Amino acid sequence: MVLSLTLISLGASAALGFVYELTKEPIEMTLLNKKLDAIKQVVPEFTNNPNDDMFRLPTGDGDSLEVYPARNGDKVVGYAVQSYTNNGFSGYISFMVGFTPDGTIYNVSVLEQKETPGLGTKMVPEGTPEKPEFKDQFMGKNPADFTLKVKKDGGQVDAITAATISSRAFCDGVQRAYNTFEKGDLK
Amino acid sequence: MNQLQNFTKGFLKENPILVMILGTCPTLATTSSMINGLGMGIATTFVLLGSNTVISMMKNVIPDKVRIPAFIVVIATFVTIVDLVMQAYVPSLYETLGIFIPLIVVNCIVLGRAEAFASKNTVWSSVVDGAGMGLGFTAALGVLGAIREILGSGSIAGLKFISGDGILVFVLAPGAFLALGYLIAVVNKINKA
Repeated sequence: MVLSLTLISLGASAALGFVYELTKEPIEMTLLNKKLDAIKQVVPEFTNNPNDDMFRLPTGDGDSLEVYPARNGDKVVGYAVQSYTNNGFSGYISFMVGFTPDGTIYNVSVLEQKETPGLGTKMVPEGTPEKPEFKDQFMGKNPADFTLKVKKDGGQVDAITAATISSRAFCDGVQRAYNTFEKGDLK
Repeated sequence: MNQLQNFTKGFLKENPILVMILGTCPTLATTSSMINGLGMGIATTFVLLGSNTVISMMKNVIPDKVRIPAFIVVIATFVTIVDLVMQAYVPSLYETLGIFIPLIVVNCIVLGRAEAFASKNTVWSSVVDGAGMGLGFTAALGVLGAIREILGSGSIAGLKFISGDGILVFVLAPGAFLALGYLIAVVNKINKA
């Protein structure tokens, strides 16, 4: 009984070890590429590899965020800050927020969310000039003179219809990125 | 029972979801679109094929008293293989299915076929049974996913055919129950005819 279970487990772990070794590299590659794609979306064109230059900045409330500097040649063209919020309609949402060096939001990309399909998920897509989507209103705004709050709360952000909580969470995530960026003295 | 009957029973007569009502948790959760449903179905089919084959090969060396732990180890191995392979090669599908891939381990269909079929039948019959049951499961998930996607998002396999939103409730959990209920009723009608 013990012997046969041991043998089965041994066989199973050998098979798993083999598959793990085989898939290890592709998995690492996809994770890195995913992050790189998000960074490409939120900062101006760059030539360096932001994954190599990543550093962490403290948020001020005991946590820290990952910051990816984007350089074109020697000139810093922007910073991608990986931010998060726990206030989504279904909890945790993570973002990649891109800033130009003067603190203006270049673009935002949602990395991970579990919001209500068809309502809160409208924070994800990027619109066209004819048919703008929710997150387009953040492009080119500087949080120094653009209040990152929905209009209902006295801010300047048009909330997604029927998804005020998700919209608030989005603002919270972007604000966290901005506060951290601001305190990091990168300007 | 010949092998053809053995294979086709998984589709209508003994369909794991629509007749045996097994594995409803991943069914309800992953069929918000056709592609997700099919992806989940194919992952489960692979595990089912693998576990049925290995378990029927080992049925004489596994002592009766520890058969369930032994089955679970075999099933868990195949699930982890699927998990790693999907993470490496189809990351977007892996992300949507999320926790439901590791949860195939406790899917009643897989353990049910191991206990009720593979541990009592020859290797070849078990392979056929696994393929039939798995593809029956995949078909049911695909149909359910397609219904929910057409009604809920107005698209099919990701291609939108109406602008704007569909009937939102079909993308959410209550719609899954509604659609599954009607699908079960239809299949019952066909089986009784």
